[in-house]
Amino acid sequence: MKSAVIVFPGSNCDRDAQVALRQITGQEPAMVWHTESDLPKVDLVVLPGGFSYGDYLRCGAMASHSNVMKAVKDHAEQGGLLLGICNGFQILVESHLLPGAMLTNKKLKFISRNVHLKVENRDTPFSKSITGETIRIPIANHDGCYFADDATLDQLEQNGQVVFRYCDETGAVNDNANVNGSLRNIAGICNDRKNVLGMMPHPERAVDTYHGGTDGAELFKSMVEALA
Amino acid sequence: MKARVHITLKNGVLDPQGKAVHNALKSLGFEGVDDVRQGKYIELQLEDSLPEDQAEEKVKQMCEKLLANTVIENFDIEIA
Repeated sequence: MKSAVIVFPGSNCDRDAQVALRQITGQEPAMVWHTESDLPKVDLVVLPGGFSYGDYLRCGAMASHSNVMKAVKDHAEQGGLLLGICNGFQILVESHLLPGAMLTNKKLKFISRNVHLKVENRDTPFSKSITGETIRIPIANHDGCYFADDATLDQLEQNGQVVFRYCDETGAVNDNANVNGSLRNIAGICNDRKNVLGMMPHPERAVDTYHGGTDGAELFKSMVEALA
Repeated sequence: MKARVHITLKNGVLDPQGKAVHNALKSLGFEGVDDVRQGKYIELQLEDSLPEDQAEEKVKQMCEKLLANTVIENFDIEIA
């Protein structure tokens, strides 16, 4: 699987994504600066976590209009895989590549900890090889509260676009497990075509035993296997 | 010519910051506040040569494209 990681001013998980992709795909991902107009020919584009453009105005708002995003949108339109992690998810909703919006966490705190996610749909290239009912990976965000109106939420559920929900260690989806107050405990959604995924938790920070867990690796392995 | 843009969260969109401000006001002894909603205020200095009706249309486009996120926010433009 060939991949590219977009680097915005203020990205800070671009190297984590690079290391995870190198380790799992065995190929060196291209690092693409936000001013570029073209992307190399790749199977997967990653919008990494961080604070692109200092989170000015709204998280992801500036990045969604940066030069490289036209090529990123073309890549997704042509059916290429597009993964937005944390700030990358915020960029995807600001670009309208995914529905909804991100709000400040319910308790107004930056949250950095491991969370459990229930895998709600395995029929996507991002989740097909996940073995367990749940995965445990870290989140690190201040504006991770997913919002969409009821009609949009119902549509997401009907189409199987809700891929991950916050749950407890037993897999129960409840208010206590909903760390940032996201509507319907949503942690990650994909588009109708299932080639664009946005998620607040960080799979790239859980790919090596040194990370304290390797559940995140299963997402990247899913993509490799989906493309094989 | 100035454009004053008020950006507010739509009804039904959770505003934890507004809630925190409301609680802080209460704890300072300010009674009689039913609710607090927090928003943004953006001031644009426009070229004076721009006709007023065109200016409003232009600022509306700026709001829709960048200044506001219309999924969660309303905006209100005042040209003066």
